[in-house]
Amino acid sequence: MPFHQQGDAFPLTRHSVVEAVQGGDPDGRRRALDAIAIAYWRPVYKYVRLRWQLEPADAEDFTQDFFSRLLEKDFLASYDPGKGKLRTFLRTCIDRLFINQTRDAHRQKRGSGAIHVSLDFQEAEHELSASALSVPPEDYFEKEWVRTLFALAVERLRAHCQTAGKTRQFLLFERYDLGDAEARPSYAALAEEFRIAVTDVTNYLAFARREFRRAVLVQLHEMTGSKEEFQREAQALLGVEPK
Amino acid sequence: MKFLTDPVVARLQAEMRTPDLSGTRYRTVKFLGQGGMGVVWLAEDRVLERSVALKVLSAESSSAALAARLMQEAIVLARLEHPGIVPVHDAGTLPDGRTFYCMKHVEGQTLDRHIERLPLRQRLQLFQRVAEPLAFAHSRGIIHRDLKPRNIMVGPFGEVLIMDWGLAKVMSAGDPSPAAGQVSGQAPTRDASGAPSVEALASEKSPTAHGAVLGTPGFMSPEQERGDISMIDQRTDVFALGAILQSMLEEQPGSPPARALRAICGKAMSAEIAARYASVEKMSADVGRYLDGMPVSAYRENLVERTVRLVSRNRVAVVLILAYLFMRLLFILFSRH
Repeated sequence: MPFHQQGDAFPLTRHSVVEAVQGGDPDGRRRALDAIAIAYWRPVYKYVRLRWQLEPADAEDFTQDFFSRLLEKDFLASYDPGKGKLRTFLRTCIDRLFINQTRDAHRQKRGSGAIHVSLDFQEAEHELSASALSVPPEDYFEKEWVRTLFALAVERLRAHCQTAGKTRQFLLFERYDLGDAEARPSYAALAEEFRIAVTDVTNYLAFARREFRRAVLVQLHEMTGSKEEFQREAQALLGVEPK
Repeated sequence: MKFLTDPVVARLQAEMRTPDLSGTRYRTVKFLGQGGMGVVWLAEDRVLERSVALKVLSAESSSAALAARLMQEAIVLARLEHPGIVPVHDAGTLPDGRTFYCMKHVEGQTLDRHIERLPLRQRLQLFQRVAEPLAFAHSRGIIHRDLKPRNIMVGPFGEVLIMDWGLAKVMSAGDPSPAAGQVSGQAPTRDASGAPSVEALASEKSPTAHGAVLGTPGFMSPEQERGDISMIDQRTDVFALGAILQSMLEEQPGSPPARALRAICGKAMSAEIAARYASVEKMSADVGRYLDGMPVSAYRENLVERTVRLVSRNRVAVVLILAYLFMRLLFILFSRH
């Protein structure tokens, strides 16, 4: 599976994924579509399970089908970043595709090899059953989008720390910031566990958080359709009043 | 890919919003509020062991123009050493790349909250205290441009502080205003820290493009609403002060405000720039004249109003004269009988 995200440059790319898809470079287009599939397949799968009440097997087929069509049918050619968010556009495409397929009553199952990322539907299904489903599917899609953004940023951070020889920093971040609040260890306990000074725990966590912040912004850039959308999302997600 | 639970996502989001103060002398204590381009945190200065307020550019604001504006705000504040203007202690860039400045942590109430129970006279006196730091800023060629009750703090001892100078305009020698000359005569420079001085900022390309609408509706002058940057001078702040005075009078329970006070507001808020008070001092002086029972320049009173004003101003003398006349009348009456 050509998983392009970790190998990419860590700093912000100059162009959005949508620009890359709409551009003329076939390699860039393929990479951009992979990036979109990686970022969006979980929200798409979970959304159709909830919104259209598809059975897991049908939702899997639909998700594969959706991203295959995204690749083949040039869906994104009609996307105008000035008119709305990329994820709203994609959600509209999902609904339209589902309605069309239902109306035509001949859903075409496409080969799972059409897209180049592996989709672990079993894991997604497990996550779905562990989630609170009290919100409308549209809101759940948004929530999943945020969750995926952060989860992919964590993976970016993991890869970055491994490459930079900062594995300990990542492990500390994982233990302290990604663990359950109830079982959260103190800095002193972490220092003892990792056999480092408490001040090192502070510094290592500060490093990891700083790099995580950057990873989120890089990932966000890949999940938005334009610079303006990226800035708006960053403002909404990261720059507003904390609760 | 690791599945992140809702509490973990919420924690990470909160973490992202918190400024990275590692390696600095500050420690975040709590979130205080959000402005147009930055967030304000209550922080502890660990070296001097005191509370301070940190204004930090929003996490995503990688815009150089916004960073420059925040830094300009810090420089403007640093140059305006006045008891009515919040002092700046420090400015720079945090480890996460965000621009910040550190200022005194002001405790108190915003003007609109503070005046809720104040009688008219005290409100007007408070208004005059608001005008003082503003007049000082104008004398240094700096226009606030975002005056409103929520940007004015009243401290526990009644001290008045004008906050949020993020939209301040630094008048250059070329600006067609009486204040323009105040900052001329010095070459654009950089200060000891290498940051551009106020004069240098004024001479550099302003981060506010012509046509940009900056300010708060209700307190924004017509020239601001039009985005006519070239027409902005201290009379723009006079307009906002007029709106502030009007709001202070409107919130006064009981009788409607006197015509003279309404006229002061009207003159300050005139759409025609030339018809407004030429300076904050002149407007404040008019309010002072009202408080002293004198005629105000903004309002031509009729004979009845003048008489009423003179009577109420010289109440003791009038009572004494009336008492004297009454006694005299009694004396004449008794003499005849």
